Formats: sequence, C-alpha cells, structure tokens
Amino acid sequence: MREYTERALDIAQGNGATYADIRIVRRENQNITVKNGVVQTLSLDDDFGFGIRVIADGAWGFASSNRLNPEEIERVSAQAVTIAKASALVKEHDVEIGPPETHIDVYKTPFEIDPFEVSLEDKLDELSAADKEARGVAGIAVAESSMGFLRETKTFASTEGSYIEQELIESGLGIVVRAVGEGEMQQRSYPNSFGRHQGTAGYEFVKQWDLPGNARQAAEEAVALLSAPQCPSKTTTLILDGPQLALQVHESCGHPIELDRVFGTEAAYAGTSFLTTEKYGAFRYGSEIVNIVADAVTPGGLGTYGYDDEGVPGQSTDIVKKGMFVGYLTSRESASQLRKTHPNAPERSNGTMRADGWNRVPIIRMNNVSLMPGDCTLDEMIADTKDGIYMLTNKSWSIDDKRLNFQFGTELAYEIKDGKIGQMVKNATYTGITPQFWGGCDAICNADHWNVWGTPNCGKGQPGQTAHTGHGTAPARFRNVQVGLM
Amino acid sequence: MVGKARLKEIAELALSAARADQTEVLINAQDAALTRFAANTIHQNVSETDISVRIRSITGKRVGVASSNDIREASILKLVQKAERIASYQQENQSIAPLPEPQAIPEVDAYAEPTAACSPARRAESVGMVLQASRDNELIASGALSTDVQETLIANSKGVLAYHCGTLADMMTVIMSDDSSGYGAGTAQNIDDLDTNAVGRIAMDKALKSKHPTAIDPGPYTVILEEDAVATMLFFLGYLGFSGLAVQEGRSFMSGHIGEKLAGDNITIWDDGMDPRTVAIPFDFEGVPKQKTLLMENGVARNAVYDSFTAAREPGRSSTGHALPLPNTTGPIPINLVMQSGELSKEELIASTERGIFVTRFHYVNPVHPVKAILTGMTRDGTFLIENGKIAKPLKNLRFTQSILDALSHATLSSQQTTVKLGFGNLAACVPAAKVEGFQFTGATEF
Repeated sequence: MREYTERALDIAQGNGATYADIRIVRRENQNITVKNGVVQTLSLDDDFGFGIRVIADGAWGFASSNRLNPEEIERVSAQAVTIAKASALVKEHDVEIGPPETHIDVYKTPFEIDPFEVSLEDKLDELSAADKEARGVAGIAVAESSMGFLRETKTFASTEGSYIEQELIESGLGIVVRAVGEGEMQQRSYPNSFGRHQGTAGYEFVKQWDLPGNARQAAEEAVALLSAPQCPSKTTTLILDGPQLALQVHESCGHPIELDRVFGTEAAYAGTSFLTTEKYGAFRYGSEIVNIVADAVTPGGLGTYGYDDEGVPGQSTDIVKKGMFVGYLTSRESASQLRKTHPNAPERSNGTMRADGWNRVPIIRMNNVSLMPGDCTLDEMIADTKDGIYMLTNKSWSIDDKRLNFQFGTELAYEIKDGKIGQMVKNATYTGITPQFWGGCDAICNADHWNVWGTPNCGKGQPGQTAHTGHGTAPARFRNVQVGLM
Repeated sequence: MVGKARLKEIAELALSAARADQTEVLINAQDAALTRFAANTIHQNVSETDISVRIRSITGKRVGVASSNDIREASILKLVQKAERIASYQQENQSIAPLPEPQAIPEVDAYAEPTAACSPARRAESVGMVLQASRDNELIASGALSTDVQETLIANSKGVLAYHCGTLADMMTVIMSDDSSGYGAGTAQNIDDLDTNAVGRIAMDKALKSKHPTAIDPGPYTVILEEDAVATMLFFLGYLGFSGLAVQEGRSFMSGHIGEKLAGDNITIWDDGMDPRTVAIPFDFEGVPKQKTLLMENGVARNAVYDSFTAAREPGRSSTGHALPLPNTTGPIPINLVMQSGELSKEELIASTERGIFVTRFHYVNPVHPVKAILTGMTRDGTFLIENGKIAKPLKNLRFTQSILDALSHATLSSQQTTVKLGFGNLAACVPAAKVEGFQFTGATEF
C-alpha cells in the first residue's frame, strides 16, 4: 500500500496541502438472519476504497473513491485540495490540529476463533436452534435470530510520517421474539435489543452468549407481557438493568461529552451539548458514586481499537469522577481549540475520531464510554428498595438536542415492593433531565454484574455515519424518577 | 456519472456468468458532494465516488446475496460465484418468491446538469452568503448543502432491465443565538431552483424571533405543526403501519382494520413514486414499476404497500413496487408519501387559534407503542406560543408523547403542500401544515 499512500500524500502536498492523510479501508461483512424457521438473509458484502483528507489554505477538504489505482489517487488527491481551497473562501480562521502525531505500528483485534473461518452450516445450526426454542413457546408470532461479523482492514498514512495498519474483527448476535394480541405487540430480545449485541472478538463471543439456551425465556416473557398490566404512572425509585443503562449512558453522557457537539459542529443535525466548556472540571454531573470513563482499550469492547482515524493511539480518559464532569472526547482540532480557553486541558487528542468507512470523514465518536461498577449485588439492591420499578432492555429512546430531557421505554419491567420483585408490567417508560437523573443515582452493582454492551448503530454526521460503540455498565438505582408516561 | 451503457454492461456480464435458476443484479452508482458548515465556517467539505453491485442468486428454493464495490471483470465474475455458493449452503426456503417478470417502466426526467456539475466553489459561495447574513445578525449558522448524482440499474435473468438517473440538491440550516435557534430547508432536482438564501432567511428569522424563550407547563394544547413536523409523523405512519409485512405480522395499526376509520374525514394519504414533488424514481429495488397506492382515504385505512415476497404470501396479491433490496427483514415501505391538503392557509390556521403552540419541527422521534402509533420526541428550532390568533412569544422546547392516529383524527390541514426531505436516504414527503387539537406534551426541557 505504501506506493499508493506516498503518491497520494505527495500529490496533495504538491497541490498546496499543508497537511494530508489517507485511509485505505476494506470492510467484509457477513450477515445471517433466520426468521420463523427459514433463512431470511444470508449475505457477504465487500466494500473497499480510500479517502484523502487535507488542509489547504487553512481549511479542510476530503475526497474519496472506490477505485484504487495511480490515476484515481492523483485525481482524488487533487480534488481534496480543490475542495479545501473552496472551504477556505469563507473561513473565519485557519484550522489548527496541535502537535504532530507520528506513529508507525500494527494493531489487530485479539480473538480466539476467526468468525470468517467458522462454517455457515455451524452458524445456521446455532440460529435455527434458537429459532426453534423460541417458536416452541405458544403465542410467539415472530422469532428472528441473527449473527453479524465484520473484518475491517485499514491503512492510515499522513504527511507527519505516520503509517498504521489495523485489522479489527467484530462478532455479534441476537434474537428478538414478538407476541401479538388485539391492539398490542410485545417483544423481548436477547442479549440486547435493536438487532444484536456485538463486540471486538471472534466467534467465541457467539458461543459465550448462548443464543439457543436463552431463546425460550425471552419468548415466554414476550407472551406473558401481553397480559401484564400497564406500567403505573408515578414518581418512584428506578432500577435499570445493564443493557438499558448502557443506552442511558450512551445518550445522556456519551453524546454530550463529544467536543465537536460542544463547539457546535454537529448543531444542525444531531445537536449541541449542555456540557459547555465553562462546565469543564466545574460541574456536578451526577452523585458521588458516579464515575464514567471513556476508553478504547477494554478487551472485547465494541469501541476498542488501536488507533483512531486521525492516527492517534486509543487510550483511556476520565469523564466523570465522583460525580464531577472532568473530560471530553476530543479530536486533534477540538483539543487545540479547547486549550485556548482552558490552557490546562490536554495538549493532545484522546483519540476518538472515527470514520464510517473509506468514504466518510472522521468525526468524534464514542469508544467505550462506561459507568464504573459500584459495590453491591443486584439482590442486595432490590432487597434495599421499598417501592420501585425494575426496567430491562431498551425498546424506545428519545432525547433533546442538548441531551437534557430524555424518555426511554423498555421491553420488560417489574414492580418492586418491600424489597422483592413483584408483578410484571408492560409498556414501561421513564423520563428525566440528565444531571438531576444522575444526581439521583444512589447504588451501582459491583464488577460481577458489569459487562461492556455493544451499540452497533450510533448515527451522527452529514452525510450520515454509523459508529460501533461500547458501554460498560452494571445495574444501578435512581431515586425520584417519573415513570409510566404513555 | 457512469451512464446506462456501462452499468448495463456490468449487469450483462454478471447475468451471462450466472448458473443459478434466477439471478438479479442491482447496481447503485453515485457522485455525491456535501459542504457542511458550523460556527459560521465550512468545517467539513467532502466528495465521494462509489458504485456497488449486489447479486441475488436463486436456485430452487435457496437464495444467496453478495455485494461488492469492485467492478473489474474478474471481480464481478467472482461475486456471482460467491452469491451462488452462499445459496448452495442454505436450507430450502418455501416462502421465496420468484423474481419479477419484466413490465413497462415509465421514464422520469430527474436529471439536472447544473446539479451534477456543481463545483465546490459554487457550494462555498452559496453557503458563504448564508454565513455572512448570519454574522451580520450576530448569529451562528450551521448546516449542509449537498449535490448528488445517483444512478440505479436493476436487471434480472427474466429480462427486467430498469435504469434511473437522478440529481438532488439539498440545503438545510440551523441558525442560532445564545438562547434561540431557527431552521430552514429546501430540496430541488436542479440546484438552480434551490433558493439557498431563502432557506437561510427563514432560519434566521426564526432564530431572531425565538430569542429569550419562556417555559410553559406540559399538557394538551392546540398545535400548529409546520410541514417538517407533519412529514416526520407521516414517515412513521409509513414505517410502522403502511408496510405489507407489518400488516401481515400483526404489528401495524392497520392489521385487521383495513376498511375501518382510523383518522379524520380530511385525511387522505397515498404513495406515488412518479410524483416529482417527492424524490421520484419509477421502480423499486426489484425493478417493479411503482404503483400509486392509496393508503388512507378520508380517514379509512385502504391499502398497504407490497414487494414480491409479501405479495406472494397472500393469494391474488401482486407487488405494488415498494421493495427494498431483497431479501430483507424490514419489508416494503412507502418512500414517496403525499398527504392531501386542506382549505385554509397556514396563516389562517394560526389566526383561527385562540391559544396554542406553533411547532417548527420535531427532534429524535421514536415509537413508544407501534401498534397504537404512539410516538415521543422533542420540539426544536422555533417553538412559539400562539395567543388570540397571533404568534405571541417564543417558548422553551417541549416533549410530546402522542398517537399520530389520534392527532390525525383532530387535524385541520393547510392548503399548501411542501416537499420535505427526511434524513433517511432519498425519503421525501409532500405534506401540508396541520392544526391539531389536544396534542399531548408530556415534558419540557431547559432551553
């Protein structure tokens, strides 16, 4: 690849770029879905191309193509510079990206079993077994089980001398079952909702989560939900399970700490953030027990990688310490910008710029944004709750464009009465304002309950980009939460 | 732009190499450019050239799919083999429908050279004028201006050959002050017809008028929903209810209720892939011509949309030309939605409102209860109190939790329809504004 990367960078500089990088990316996806006993989808998708990002005349330009050959490299590299010069026509100031980042390295996702070497037959057997278990429960209208595997190989090179090769492997799986009644549809998912649970891992990840062994329980819960009473509407104590809490962290912490949102560069689409820079290091985000870390190094996390798409090493950053807001997710440009008002902020990016493939420009994306574990067991937490609701697995989500007012719905919920799990209730929802909600967090389960949940469908950017993020959580308890809005 | 001849050549190469009983080739090619701006400057300015080839092979009752964006001859031949190999691994699927037969496909003139030829400098110039106006008013502008050329060719071994080339220019902006924001957007096939300055003016006007918003208690209110908000509701009706698969699986509000009254007398909704007020494309992703499909008539549920898979599950049913690339688990969906207009202008709707809330658009909307079509979401970028028939003052944003069907049972529609491009591919709807009684706001935020 070096012949291509050197040519691209030379041409960009020859056309006037003061900085350039190139990413050459191949993605192989395998997706399999078994729905109601038949293989609904089985596809292999291969996608390859390169993108060149430049700074010329103090402004950004980016161009990309699916045809990697010397002539196209030349065309696209020159086009990126032309675009940058057009950007410069209306610039207010020159782009600054801080100190150089120069790394020569190779990173590969560690795994035990290459998912692309496991036979399709074995995968179909696993999915069919789960499907059969689920549909063995009377009342199930639809059972849909799936697996997805990704191999992404990418080469990054920059005019600062970086040359980084990475191979990222992901494996994911899930089942969703639906029961239908008059004017009512209830669903349960395992291990997580919205398609699947996913991690940077090999096929051992699929075996670990044992889809066939858990499909029946999911189906029985979906059927039981049809006749369950409606979740009551009241202000009460709320316990969230790990998967629902993972999405709560994603939406109400992960997005507002993206420094590009804070600086307004996502304002027109995804929105901005309530965590504006005057709050940096000086704002109580949650209670004393709330500690949140963003990292790209947790083994198996869906947000785990060696280097981001600016060639900055993956690393770990404190976001919330003992309830205080102390850190952002940054890029080279936004880290430089933050230091203009906060000279003590880190000089370098913490490595969270990622692009959704060769044809997208990198933007700040969550890696593994995780709530650190507390010290109790789930049984102890429930036993210590006089009156409340225990909600499990996300079904619905919405949050305002500064990430303050949110409303979530879950697939399953139980009442808690006098320290014991009570009756099942359906269509559970809860709502709140982010800092007040996290301020009411008074218990978090211990490390035995902690798991990194994968979110493979985080949308952001124009043109649209989908990112794969991870969120480590253990069940947690929140006081004085409004539940049951419908 | 690749052109029909070259795309046809690729498809013919794949079909001639195919050994399966039936083979389908779906090719998408695009030249896309987008100039993105924020904080009154261009911060992302990108272009993309890509082509993807997707092969669907059916042998007996087995189907396999493979895709790639490598169009070299040897790669296309390997891709065909890969799809056939995948099919061979499968168990038989009795529900597989045969590939469609050829049908006459009308042509839609959707290409505009000025859009295809638009340079980065021209986009920067258009954006620059919005940025300057924003600076002059001490406001902050963000948004995007995009110009795309998209080609689609579908061919199958039964003789289907469908080709379409379209251009699209799209501008959206959010302009903000310290405590307010306004939104403007426009879409045109020809960038010469897209008044980007007007888009900026609308957003700026709302940003200025919504300064210093005050809070209002949540509860039921009469609302005036601008076209963007109505289009969002309509999109979710399509996604949740108008799909033949959702109806068959009992998760649609229309399941078991076709022919029943579900909304007000004035609510008539159809899908028309030939309507230039949406992003017209005359065929679906199987190469079946799109049929104009009446979905709701005078509030009565009439039809859902179908692809060949869902149509084959019901005797006598045929595809309405609404397939996504098959096979899939999403099912067919309408993507060229139109809602019948009413008789009063938007201004008259406001003037007829003693007390209510004016909503520019919604943000982060998602279903809470799909079968009842209950959604939740926030207002955004221009929310105002209406008193005595006039916009009285700006409001802080509110959360709604509301059944769309209930809302459309108490709605008065405006006389003018507007095209609204939604943020999902080429999805666009042509809708009026609406006045809705008793719209449920269930929460409030701090700005």
